[in-house]
Amino acid sequence: MRFTKDHEWVVVQGDVATVGITAYAAEQLGDVVFVEVPEAGKTVKQGENLAVVESVKAASDVYAPVSGEVVEGNAELGDAPETVNALPESGGWFAKIKLSNPAEVDALMDRDAYEAFLATL
Amino acid sequence: MSDQDLKKTPLFDAHVAAGARMVPFAGYSMPVQYKDGVLKEHLWTREHAGLFDVSHMGQARIRGENPAKSFEKVVSADYQGLKAGKQRYGVLLNAEGGIIDDLMTARPDDDGLFVVVNGACKDNDYEIIADVLAGEATVTRLEDRALLALQGPEAAAVLAAHVPQAAQMVFMDTKALTAFGVDAIISRSGYTGEDGYEISVPADAAERVWNTLLADERVKPIGLGARDSLRLEAGLPLYGHDLDETVSPIEAGLNFAVGKSRREAGDYLGAARIAKELAGELSRVRVNLKVLEGAPAREGAEIADEAGNVIGKVTSGGFAPSLGFPIAIGFAPPAFAAVGTKLKVIVRGKQAAAEVVASPFVPNRYVRKL
Repeated sequence: MRFTKDHEWVVVQGDVATVGITAYAAEQLGDVVFVEVPEAGKTVKQGENLAVVESVKAASDVYAPVSGEVVEGNAELGDAPETVNALPESGGWFAKIKLSNPAEVDALMDRDAYEAFLATL
Repeated sequence: MSDQDLKKTPLFDAHVAAGARMVPFAGYSMPVQYKDGVLKEHLWTREHAGLFDVSHMGQARIRGENPAKSFEKVVSADYQGLKAGKQRYGVLLNAEGGIIDDLMTARPDDDGLFVVVNGACKDNDYEIIADVLAGEATVTRLEDRALLALQGPEAAAVLAAHVPQAAQMVFMDTKALTAFGVDAIISRSGYTGEDGYEISVPADAAERVWNTLLADERVKPIGLGARDSLRLEAGLPLYGHDLDETVSPIEAGLNFAVGKSRREAGDYLGAARIAKELAGELSRVRVNLKVLEGAPAREGAEIADEAGNVIGKVTSGGFAPSLGFPIAIGFAPPAFAAVGTKLKVIVRGKQAAAEVVASPFVPNRYVRKL
């Protein structure tokens, strides 16, 4: 699993990256009450808006940690947005993206680097 | 403003010790939530009792020959008719009838009026009030007092264990009394739609009173996040969002804040506009919306008619934890304000169905009779 400074995570299988927000981000957001995931076919560039996650308090953007074409959004989050809090780094994934530039993944932080980054916040 | 410049309430250390997430609010470092989070804190208050630190709010005394008469020059409520031991909501108005702040005024004792104003507005409020009242009445800030709110269906039983007289009070009663061994001013009121109390105590007693109330297992500390979602469900407008200097109390649906005697006399700032609006000359009014699909419509989201023409704006909105769907407060022309009117809200460019519903969204549970 790789991480961004915006608290997204990426897991790559073949040429498809599964993307979500980290446990830290989910905890900071608080209770998630609404999630808007991208539809299949949407093309995103690294750093662009990918999804929106809303807690009782506020709406937050989720940025694409990698560039590519969305092959699937996690439709289950529509009915069960609380999954983002319960399983942020597994069942609460947001989207699967077919990588257009796999090298982007290598430049992301690994778990140790991300935890070191969190310690500075 | 950097964090170092933020003021602290007398309960700052207690919040930090309880694991609160502190945020800047009205110039203070305030708890937005504790460990349980906004959703659980909200529901706990609706089911049990929540304790809030609202010490950032301004507490003041207005004293003079006839402080109520003087105060009525800038506030549209009937305060000369306010009985001893009672509190009444009012709005501080500018010359154009716009709301400078909304406030509570009480006669807890014989020491003039006791006023509670919004934290973010207090410096400006006091200046304006002192200006208008110059020569006949004075405004004295009570900077050495804290303000706690105990809200929820179990609040009365919790407080009665410490302050038996509180059980004899009804909604909007306000008494100066000795409670927790100190001079307190207690009102049976709040900002959640629930039964409950606001408790003013000397700052140096605040932490002891806070901890005494929290020792009761029916009570949990509740942050400003849940305070906002609770007041939204209760249909209570928030200054700086639903109310500002362009909005009149009539537009905001706060007609009750303009006393009957005051309407007839028209003897306050902004009276001309208020009279016109009461006669029906209104271009916009507050609407309460149930969002029927999609994302919560938050402050700034546009409101459109069924055909998609923009007719107004959301001034506060979010997910309603007690209802399980998003709700919003906004402003729209009167033609679109009837309960049942189908409208749209536009969130991030997408139109979603919404419907005008009655206020409050969640029935209030004020104790008006014993």
